[in-house]
Amino acid sequence: MLTCKDFLDSLNDYLDDTTDPEIRQRVEAHIDNCPNCFVVFDTTKKTIQVYKGLEPQIIPHDVQSRLMDALARKIGQGGS
Amino acid sequence: MTAVSSGTTVEVYDIVVDMASSAALDNFDDPLLVERARHRDAPAFTELVRRYSTRIFHLARHITQHQEDAEDVLQETFLKAYSHLDGFEGHSKFSTWLVRIAVNESLMKLRKRKADRTVSLDEPIEGSEEPVVREIAVWDSPEQRFSGEEMRSILEGAVDGLAPIYRTVFVLRDIEELSAEETASVLDLTVAAVKTRLLRARLQLREKLTRVFKRKGEDVFAYL
Repeated sequence: MLTCKDFLDSLNDYLDDTTDPEIRQRVEAHIDNCPNCFVVFDTTKKTIQVYKGLEPQIIPHDVQSRLMDALARKIGQGGS
Repeated sequence: MTAVSSGTTVEVYDIVVDMASSAALDNFDDPLLVERARHRDAPAFTELVRRYSTRIFHLARHITQHQEDAEDVLQETFLKAYSHLDGFEGHSKFSTWLVRIAVNESLMKLRKRKADRTVSLDEPIEGSEEPVVREIAVWDSPEQRFSGEEMRSILEGAVDGLAPIYRTVFVLRDIEELSAEETASVLDLTVAAVKTRLLRARLQLREKLTRVFKRKGEDVFAYL
């Protein structure tokens, strides 16, 4: 049986699905029996999900224009 | 190129965009564009800029936490990439190579602005510091309670509150979705160090978000 500290040590690999099957089973057995660790697992997973769901903002047009201007000058100079 | 180098900002931008779009380069994969850009094919490089400028800008903004610094990093990253294309050996993806340049430029900006010693990526993590979990409370579907703008503000504010050594790893792994190995390569860290920092970053963000997103009336317990 994993301790709560063992669970935390394995949490990243479990969330990233990079644990071996035996550790995975032990993590799942732990969170089935430890309500606090289940909440930690669940809210950490949701934390990652909300960041992954964040829509990328479009780069401001004036920033993009200045970038292209700087590149055009560089290319015009021969790029060195 | 004379017209390009002497035009106004808008004219230059339009010319370069026209050059890129006219060649339908958006169907080309990165290695082919890089090969053409190596031979000073400006439209090919412009297509690479179009593909990655948004990603590099937001990466730089996350790390520097400063709009003007992020814009400087954006320009420096692509100018350096163009100048050093011959040094790109293709062992990693072009995008990972760009990210590496952008991270280094961003950290230099951060060091200059904050003179913050914690920015060093060589700095070892304090050996005795264990991840801490304090807030135990459930939360569901915060996007139903907060507008998109509010969510962005909450999430970006939480990331900005992380120390740079944790913030950088979190941004690369969980926002840019680089693998642990790619992140380790970009930051010159071991994979184990990346995993340690990522766990702390994730748990610190979980704490911050739980304080905002937890349901009213939920008890909060001490833990570990």
